Formats: sequence, structure tokens, C-alpha cells
Amino acid sequence: MSSGKSLLDKVWNAHAVRELPSGQSQLFVGLHLIHEVTSPQAFAMLRELGLPVRFPERTFATVDHIIPTASQARPLADSLAEEMLVSLEKSTREAGIPFFDPASGKQGVVHVIGPELGLTQPGMTIACGDSHTSTHGAFGAVAFGIGTSQVRDVLATQCLAMARPQLRRIDVTGKLASGVYAKDVILTIIRQLGVKGGVGYAYEYAGPVIKAMTIEERLTVCNMSIEGGARCGYVNPDATTIEYLKGREYSPSGAEWEPATRHWLGMASDADAHYDHIVEIDGSRLAPSVTWGIHPGQSVAIDECLPRLADAPREAQPGLAEAFDYMGLRPGEKIAGSKIDVAFIGSCTNGRISDLREAARVAKTGQVASGVRTLVVPGSQAVAREAEAEGLPEIFRSAGFDWREAGCSMCLAMNPDKLVGRELCASSSNRNFKGRQGSPTGRTLLMSPAMVAAAAIRGEVTDVREVI
Amino acid sequence: MSASNITRVAGRGCALRGNDIDTDRIIPARFLRCVSFDGLGEHAFEDDREQAKGDHPLDDERNRGAAILVVDHNFGSGSSREHAPQALTRRGFKAFVGGSFAEIFAGNCVALGLPCVTLDDDDRSQLMDSLELDRNQEVVVDLEARTVTSRSGRMTCGVADGARQQLLGGSWDATAVLLEAGEAIEATAAKLPYVSGYAP
Repeated sequence: MSSGKSLLDKVWNAHAVRELPSGQSQLFVGLHLIHEVTSPQAFAMLRELGLPVRFPERTFATVDHIIPTASQARPLADSLAEEMLVSLEKSTREAGIPFFDPASGKQGVVHVIGPELGLTQPGMTIACGDSHTSTHGAFGAVAFGIGTSQVRDVLATQCLAMARPQLRRIDVTGKLASGVYAKDVILTIIRQLGVKGGVGYAYEYAGPVIKAMTIEERLTVCNMSIEGGARCGYVNPDATTIEYLKGREYSPSGAEWEPATRHWLGMASDADAHYDHIVEIDGSRLAPSVTWGIHPGQSVAIDECLPRLADAPREAQPGLAEAFDYMGLRPGEKIAGSKIDVAFIGSCTNGRISDLREAARVAKTGQVASGVRTLVVPGSQAVAREAEAEGLPEIFRSAGFDWREAGCSMCLAMNPDKLVGRELCASSSNRNFKGRQGSPTGRTLLMSPAMVAAAAIRGEVTDVREVI
Repeated sequence: MSASNITRVAGRGCALRGNDIDTDRIIPARFLRCVSFDGLGEHAFEDDREQAKGDHPLDDERNRGAAILVVDHNFGSGSSREHAPQALTRRGFKAFVGGSFAEIFAGNCVALGLPCVTLDDDDRSQLMDSLELDRNQEVVVDLEARTVTSRSGRMTCGVADGARQQLLGGSWDATAVLLEAGEAIEATAAKLPYVSGYAP
């Protein structure tokens, strides 16, 4: 047996308040993020129990899912959305919870603003009523998506009852080729390990490809851990992490900065840490990936043929047939050349400044194809300001793209941004589920932001390497 | 606010076939525009049901009143929305029997006192076939014995230890249990440098 500890071990041990009779751990939650969709009922439950918010200074709120991206002006046109926003305003005001609303200039997708404000830090436990909370693992935090009853638990006690997951290390070796992005890495991982391959596990992403990634790229990888079934995913903190955190609003500063960085680096997994499972993926062999089906594990490389039913195990065939039927695609064909109706660039997966820069680089090469509707949605107001300072909105607009305001937008279509009918959408988001983008029969192809921009310009799914 | 001990759930079963049924399908996002869970039951599987044009198990009159939903693998994947089990329990389901469950969904179910138990593929397939032939039979999910009993016989089921203990011991409503830690919560927080300050 090795004696070293993994980051998961270290974070878990530091936050364990006690062992529960159920055998689970009572874990202290260092950072709790809330938004308008999954918290109103939690506050209602709390009021019903007559309990206060125990650590209001450790909870931060924003509005992202329902916010329109055409105009954030109040009152919101959708009265249900307005009601949710009012509910969150009231609950946060009463509890003394900071609320990054549109007027604050700090509003955005919850998983975009946590990192950019410096709220997300290595060695923390983080919880949010949103499955993509795994995103924050990019900093070496242990971050869980939770349901509304658990949001209530965290508000009331700042704790969660959790069973410690097993740990799988995923080593991505080699070096990514040009035109291959973090999105392609995570789509490939999910394809290889399966959408339920991660059940019972935390994923530790490691190896030269991950090591070479920027924080924003690591955020993309960790974001989709949940699509692989993992409870959370993380990258060990290193110099890249520290460099990113320096000078952020909520980062430690002054005399605290140096000891904080030492502490953070010390949270990384020891060289002799124990892993329940290790897998290796050759990053040098990756190509741009595109999903073709109805879950994120159903993807192909852009130059690869769609699977044939006969080649799949018998028990997998009904699922494949259902996916082909819904998507209107044929086994054995190539995904390149599929005509798209909509191009969506944004989301907690790929709505950060580096994503917009890559998409803009592609947008510069042409004009949006006729008949293609586009949405470019910055992940936060801060991302939008940074993009404006760099002239990105102008690049997008002159290429015919629609530049919008910050929010979750067409990733899950809780606001007015929705597919219509069977529209096919090239999307930089995270889920290609049936009906996910707002039309019950709408169809989604997940890919990197650069690939989405290329598809928008050609009007069809295109290998971005032919464009840049 | 004490929760009841849940040792067994009995009722008629409804088979819902298909792997990877995500929570967007269980309750489409447009129904999340609400500040209460009331009324979600009628929208459970709304888009799937619409597309099945009446041929969905939830629209089959013979399944009316079923309390146990029998599903395949990776049920409840995707979004963490508790609205999914909230919608299903408002439709009358009190337990889920499946091949496997997504973890956040399973955790949300525990918080509502709804057991999720697993059967191996052969047993589950046999149970589903049997349910489709005889929808009036009683299915019993026994957490204490770790069994699912029906006309197909008594089958051994899997259930996560922590969840099982919480349900059997009546501690599935976690708030009360977590509050019992008292000042130990503040004591744990005080030892975290990002709470108490990074000492030089």
C-alpha cells in the first residue's frame, strides 16, 4: 500500500466534520454558489423549518439560467423568470448573501464567475445546485453538483452528507495538434469511458496535455466530468493555477498570498497517492470531435464514420438505433457535411474569453452561411467586457454572428433562446440530450467553439483545421 | 422534522425501458421556471410522452397508480434538478428499481425518502417482461432484506450502503442529522486556512 495522499484525500480529511451513522462523511462546504433555478424551494424549506442561513458569508448568488440574452432590462418579459429573480433577490437580501445581479457588473454563468472572481480556490470543497459544479475542480477543488434539498442542507448547516468516491486518474499523454481543443479531450474521455463509466468515482485529470493546459481549458475538461458520470473531477493545482488566481477580487492578497500559494501546492496529490484505477489516453492522436447522438458519449472524430449497428454489442444496439432515429442521421456516414440551422457559442463549458477568441479567429475567415441563425453568448459580464476591449464583438458582428448578453442561454434554453422544431444546432455546450435546447424535437451536435464557428461559416459541420 | 424509517415499499410496478434517460427528459427545463415543486407531476416525461403519441408507459391506463418505476441503466443522468424525482414522486412513484442510476439523481431521491435499488440485467429484464404481462401484481422493494419480490420471485437487489442506512434509520432528511454536529461545524471551519486566514 502506498502511503501518499491524493488531493481528494487531503480535501476530504480537512473538511470532514464527523462520520455519520450511515457511514457517510459530514463534509464542510467551503464555497456555496446558488442561482435562481434550484434555490427558491431550498429557501422556502428553510423558512418552513425556521432555520437561518448558517454561514451567509460562504454563499454567493447570481442569475444565469433564466436571464434573457437580448436584454437584461427589468422587469424580465417572462413573468415566471421575473418571479424567480425576485425570489432570489429577496432571499439573498434577507440572509445577507452577496448577489451578483445584472446591475453589479459581475453577473454571469455561476461556473464562469466563481473562477473569474477568485472565489474558487484550490483545496476547497464547493457545492452548487447545478450538475456542472464539477467545473471548479480545474483549480484542485472538490466540487459537487447537488439537488435542492441538499442546497437547503448547505444553507442550514454549510455541510453535506457524502460518501467518499473512489478515485480514477486519467492521464492524457502527448501533445494536442492544432485545431484540437480541451473540448475534444473531454469528449474523447467520455466516449472511451462511457457516460456512466464515472459512477462512484472522482476523476483526477493528469498527464502532459492537462499540465500544459490553461486554467480555462482545464475548466472545460472538468466541466463535463458529470457527463461521464463522475461525481466530480479535478486537476492538481500548479504554477498555472497560482498565476491565474493572482490579483483576483476574492483571492488572498498581501501577507496572505505567499502562504496561500504554499498551502495550495501542498494540496496536490502526492507522487505515491493511491488510485483505484488509472487510464491513459494518447492526446497526440486526438482530432476535433463532434457528438452525433443523444448523449455526450456518442461522438466521433470529424474524419471518422458514424458507428454501424452491426459492429456494436447486441445490448447497445437499441440505444444506438434510438439515437440515429432521433437525430435523423445514418450509420456509417460521416458527420462532416451535415447542414446546420443554428450555431451556439457559449455556456459554462465554453463561454470564456479564450473560447470567444478562438471562435473569433475562425469568424474572421468568412461570413455566416445564409439560413444559419447564430448566438454568441459570453459566459459573464466580465467576459463580455474583456471581449469588447479586444474588439471581438465587432469581429463577430461583421461576420454576421449575433453577439448577445451573458447567461446560460441555449445550453438549456430556460430563457427565450430556443431551437425551433427539428433544427440542428452546432453547439459549444455540454449536453446533446433530446429536447435539451428548448425544442422537444431539436437536435444538438456538441463540439469546440472553433468548430461551431467553422460550421456557422460553411453552413455545415466542418473540420476547423480546413478553415484556420 | 424527523423523517420516517423506510424499510419497504410495495405497490404496482411500471416498466420504462431504455438506457441513459436523462433528467431533461424526465422534466424538460421549461417546467423549471417555478419557485415551487407543486404541479410538476403532470409534466413528467412530457416531451417523450408527446412523441410517443400515447404509447408511453406513463400514459398507459393499466399503469395508473403504479408506485414502483422499473428502469434500465444510467437513469436520471445529466442535470442535478431535484425537479426530476419531485415530478416522479408527485406522479405516485415511491421507489425506483433499475440497472444503474446517475449519482446526483440517486442522492436527490434519498433526500426525498425514495429508494433507488439495482437489479442485474437478467433479473431486471425478467421483472420488466413480467410487469408487462401482469400489471396488477404487487412488487415489494425490501431495503432491510435487500430484495425485490414480484411474481418473478424474490430477487437480490443492490443498494448503496449509505443510502440504505439513511432510509432504514430515518435519517434521509439530512438537515436534522447535519445539525446534530453542532459547534463541530464551526470548529472544522476554523481549521481551514481559507476560512481563518493564511498564517505566514
